Amino acid sequence: MSGHSNYEPKSGFEKWLDVRLPIVRLAYDSIVDFPTPKNLNYWYTFGGILAVCLGIQLVTGIVLAMHYVPHVDYAFASVESIMRDVNYGWLIRYMHANGASMFFVAVYIHMFRGLYYGSYKAPREVLWILGCVIYLLMMATAFMGYVLPWGQMSFHGAVVITNLFGALPVVGQALTTWLWGGFAVDNPTLNRFFSLHYLLPFMIAGVVGLHIWALHVPGNNNPTGVNVKSKEDTVPFHPYYTVKDGFAISVFLILFATFVFFNPNALGHADNYIPANPLVTPAHIVPEWYFLPFYAILRAVPDKLMGVLLMFGAIATLFVLPWLDTSKVRSMRYRPTAKLYFMIFVLACLVLGYCGGQLPDNHVIPGLSTFKLIDADLNSFVWLSRIATLYYFSYFLILLPVLGLTETPLPQPESISEPVLSHPASMPAGATAAPEKKG
Amino acid sequence: MLRKGIALAAFGLTVLAAPVALANAGAAPVRETEFSFDGPLGTFDQAQLQRGYKIYREVCSSCHSMNLLSFRNLGEKGGPFYDPKIKNPNDNPFVKSIAKDYQINDIDSETGDVVQRPGTPADRFPNPWANEAAARASNGGALPPDLSVIAKARHHGAHYIYSLLTGFREPPAGLKISPNQHYNPWFPGDLTSAWSGDPAHVPAGGLIAMAAPLAPDKVTFDDGTASTVENQAKDVAAFLAWASEPTATARKQFGLAAMIYLLIFSGLLYASYRRIWRNVAH
Repeated sequence: MSGHSNYEPKSGFEKWLDVRLPIVRLAYDSIVDFPTPKNLNYWYTFGGILAVCLGIQLVTGIVLAMHYVPHVDYAFASVESIMRDVNYGWLIRYMHANGASMFFVAVYIHMFRGLYYGSYKAPREVLWILGCVIYLLMMATAFMGYVLPWGQMSFHGAVVITNLFGALPVVGQALTTWLWGGFAVDNPTLNRFFSLHYLLPFMIAGVVGLHIWALHVPGNNNPTGVNVKSKEDTVPFHPYYTVKDGFAISVFLILFATFVFFNPNALGHADNYIPANPLVTPAHIVPEWYFLPFYAILRAVPDKLMGVLLMFGAIATLFVLPWLDTSKVRSMRYRPTAKLYFMIFVLACLVLGYCGGQLPDNHVIPGLSTFKLIDADLNSFVWLSRIATLYYFSYFLILLPVLGLTETPLPQPESISEPVLSHPASMPAGATAAPEKKG
Repeated sequence: MLRKGIALAAFGLTVLAAPVALANAGAAPVRETEFSFDGPLGTFDQAQLQRGYKIYREVCSSCHSMNLLSFRNLGEKGGPFYDPKIKNPNDNPFVKSIAKDYQINDIDSETGDVVQRPGTPADRFPNPWANEAAARASNGGALPPDLSVIAKARHHGAHYIYSLLTGFREPPAGLKISPNQHYNPWFPGDLTSAWSGDPAHVPAGGLIAMAAPLAPDKVTFDDGTASTVENQAKDVAAFLAWASEPTATARKQFGLAAMIYLLIFSGLLYASYRRIWRNVAH
């Protein structure tokens, strides 16, 4: 997509096409010849895994849309009809439903990897921001997709989330009515959610194109965070990373298949198999697991508007992260202090996710209610959420800006090859990248 | 606050066992039992499905609809009356005779009059009630839920149904119950407000409008299985699990093949990876 190209058109047709639309050259430069750091570990395979996830969601989703009926009276039955009467409909629908969860598993690992190895730092800020845009679009798509089966959780989840916009001053009420297409979540809401749920994945695909473009201009970051210095540091993408990513994708598909075939409803909520009934509110409205950390942040704040702002702020913070982290060292391999705080950050995210699935007033440690401070029961999930929320924001707004100025990083290697060659498991010195054809 | 705290602690175990599974909070943990379809490769037991269908037909169907199922489903692959010799489930004699026993509302195409005709395998199971209001009026205000996907719509599926159906108990002294309600420790609810006994020991469970539906020898099993409440509950729970997901067996069998394929494919890819990277220090 940029820089020097080693593509040499071979056949007459390729030469003819190359001066008119160099699309074969683009593919060759991007996925065959693209120089990739040779030290990428398995955390770096999630980009490829995510591309596969998007592909699976698009293909299964298009087929589902052929059978789904976006109407409050028929949506639930049409989904069940897909499960029962469409050939392999159960497979298509379970792949799509679990595929959403798998997509988020992969995207969270991908994001944590970027956070750990400093992949958001110059010159990859735009790459990171485009990733955040994809994540935001994914959340919108997943939320609207969950509404489509029109079960109890679909309906009441849609009510809760769309009502969040009502917390905005002045425009809140009008905005919510506009989003609903009426004065309550009803058929117009379902119809527009279906329309947007079909549209957004193609927008995601478009931004993924930009994301890959923005990746291919500066090239991959790598676990050392050190820039590529010479040809010695890289291997061509194909076959080295096609095979490594391919292996990782295949292993990921085993996890995927475990859910689809043997536990297809484990990640969903049983209440969503009860048809939506606006007059009966489920005992506990819980979003899908991938929204739970944000749900916990929302509920951690007593004031509705502030909760909504904080929840969106948690995502907005990610967008400005490249300018919050003041450290010049990319990889946390060489930042022992930051590494510790990063691990606590991962823990805080997991704690938030756990709290999001619990009743706020429940006790964290059952049977123990001694942590009373004025009127606050500190042994409750709402307080655990508050502590974790505080850490979430402190990590981005205080720790990363301050640490970069105060910490003393470990010495970084001169080049990617240097730590590679001193790695105990590495090949004898002098062994160079050889094509797979030899031997 | 303390009272509430202790009540909450009482079902802390349930909450811990299932982080997001909150709907059953307050109910007793489901009873231990084994179904042939448990586990990644478990399949439905056809004889059990037939017994279960009989219980649905003779007991449940007088109040509970099963809107999403057609009679033909009973004769489809994996169903209670599936016969591998009959390609088209609509030709299955068992299915045809089951369907014929039902009267289906229809419109006479000649006159436009509302008529009733015997069912065919293509018909859906008819709803026992004309409408929701009629169902509520006959059931003390409660609506008997549709059973098409009931096993998927409840945490612990068939195990929950089995626990509930065998779980009707004499209410403990101190529990205030109105005439239309029945105590069941496995029905989700919060009995704190109806409990006048020791606040530290609020009974688990809830109040359900359905009276105990099963009784010994209420249904005669054609295959000689003892008609105990335990057996009836287990068989009808198995039938409802099948009705909720008739394709479950096909899914598991497909899954086994997919797993074997993916494991071999991953092994080959790993071998290729080792070979391609063998001369690259990384």
